[in-house]
Amino acid sequence: MSSVLSIRDLRKAYGGKPAVNRISFEVRRGEIVGLLGPNGAGKTTTINMVLGVLEPDTGSIQVDGMDLAACRPKALGRTNFAAVYAPLPGNLTVRQNLRLFGLLYGVKGLSARIQALIGRFDLENFQNVKCGVLSSGEQTRVALAKAMINQPHLLLLDEPTASLDPVAAREIRARIRQFAASGEGGVLWTTHNMVEVRDVCDRVLFLSHGRIMLEGDPKTLPEEHGRPTLEELFIAVAREPLTQEPT
Amino acid sequence: MTTTYFRPVIAVMLRYCYLLRGTPARWIPVFAWVAIDIVLWGFITKFLNSVVASGLNFVPALLGAVLLFDFFTRVMHGVAGVFLEDVWSRNFLNLFASPITIPQYLLGLVITSTVTSMIGLLVMLALATALFGLSFFVYGLALGLFLLILFLFGISLGICTSAVVLRLGPSAEWLVWPVPAVISPFAGVFYPISILPHWMQFIGRLLPVSYVFEGLRTILRGGAVPGTSLMLGGGLAVLYVLLSCWFFKRVFRHAVRTGILARYSAESVS
Repeated sequence: MSSVLSIRDLRKAYGGKPAVNRISFEVRRGEIVGLLGPNGAGKTTTINMVLGVLEPDTGSIQVDGMDLAACRPKALGRTNFAAVYAPLPGNLTVRQNLRLFGLLYGVKGLSARIQALIGRFDLENFQNVKCGVLSSGEQTRVALAKAMINQPHLLLLDEPTASLDPVAAREIRARIRQFAASGEGGVLWTTHNMVEVRDVCDRVLFLSHGRIMLEGDPKTLPEEHGRPTLEELFIAVAREPLTQEPT
Repeated sequence: MTTTYFRPVIAVMLRYCYLLRGTPARWIPVFAWVAIDIVLWGFITKFLNSVVASGLNFVPALLGAVLLFDFFTRVMHGVAGVFLEDVWSRNFLNLFASPITIPQYLLGLVITSTVTSMIGLLVMLALATALFGLSFFVYGLALGLFLLILFLFGISLGICTSAVVLRLGPSAEWLVWPVPAVISPFAGVFYPISILPHWMQFIGRLLPVSYVFEGLRTILRGGAVPGTSLMLGGGLAVLYVLLSCWFFKRVFRHAVRTGILARYSAESVS
């Protein structure tokens, strides 16, 4: 499988303190990679750098083989994201938001694409409702529809199911799996829900103190490290980050 | 290629169209305040014409100056207002994580402001002509130059103040609105800048708008169009547009480097 995201030796420090410390990893087409770690581990900093809204101190980011620093518009044109802390403008309707972001991403055949996404994410009843008055679950579906508007090769999801009830979360997970399985692109997913990680991700990266401490298959990783569950492994890595060498 | 380049520009414009269509209150700054200004100053000039026996017609001198200065204010606030919509809706992360470039974004702000400012200008012209008999023929062809200089300087200040808000955080919004009022004493809207103290004259000469109002008074006194002076004002305005674009780009780079952009939803940033 070809790589849709290739990160090499990425570092970002604030006031001399590293938030992300020389990490390297890849996301391949059709793959869902979970980025796990305690609060402040550097997950969102990493995602912000991949989105081009935060400049790394050192290292390189390649999206679909294109260097983000050198080809920013082209690389970002193949990327998209959804995050709970980045809601779409609440004073615009679902359809208006999708049209604006479709134009921003230079989507061709935009009206048909919007219609398809409205159907795919069950947004027919809300398409002319302002996003600000939608429930958390509905807003998440709109954010995901926006994240899919340009058929991205790289999809970044920062805790996309954080505010959802179990039924809505399961629906969202199914849609993301469907996206990855279609071979359209790869997904980098951050979450604190270990059940979700085991259920959805093909591979996980444990990030702590800005470094990748562990990497592997979420189904076999706990056993490989002598822990009964992924959650136990997470807690162990989060508590004792400096006793383990990064992989 | 050309169509693709303009898609993000159209997105910035279309967003404001949607907001105008969805919220009637947003029409108020487009024309209501300038209309009120014209009515207020229209009656003041009528009153002055009735009590001052000098024979000077205050309508083209004062009301014309108010109209031109309101146009400049409208352009400046138009650019900053469209930018602030992204601040208010916490849209920076979504916006700047998209492929839009800074020139495309600024072009979107400028075109949107141009359209709304033209609506405001048409309203002012209609009111000033219909209610108070202001004839723009008295300014001759120089009117086009006046409007161009005011437009360019308004654009430059709109971009510059937007950059300041991007750098200092959403709470710096209050710095945007009073800028035209701060400039007006130095710009000589109602009086020649020669009556100002030397230090104020110095600042006034750095402001392109001061050449417009000096030119307006010269024409009304029966003098020739001050071509050199207006060229200087126009040159300064173009220079300020270029400098403001450079400044915005530099602030944006700083915001990306330091993480201000990624954390912009905070009330203020350091």
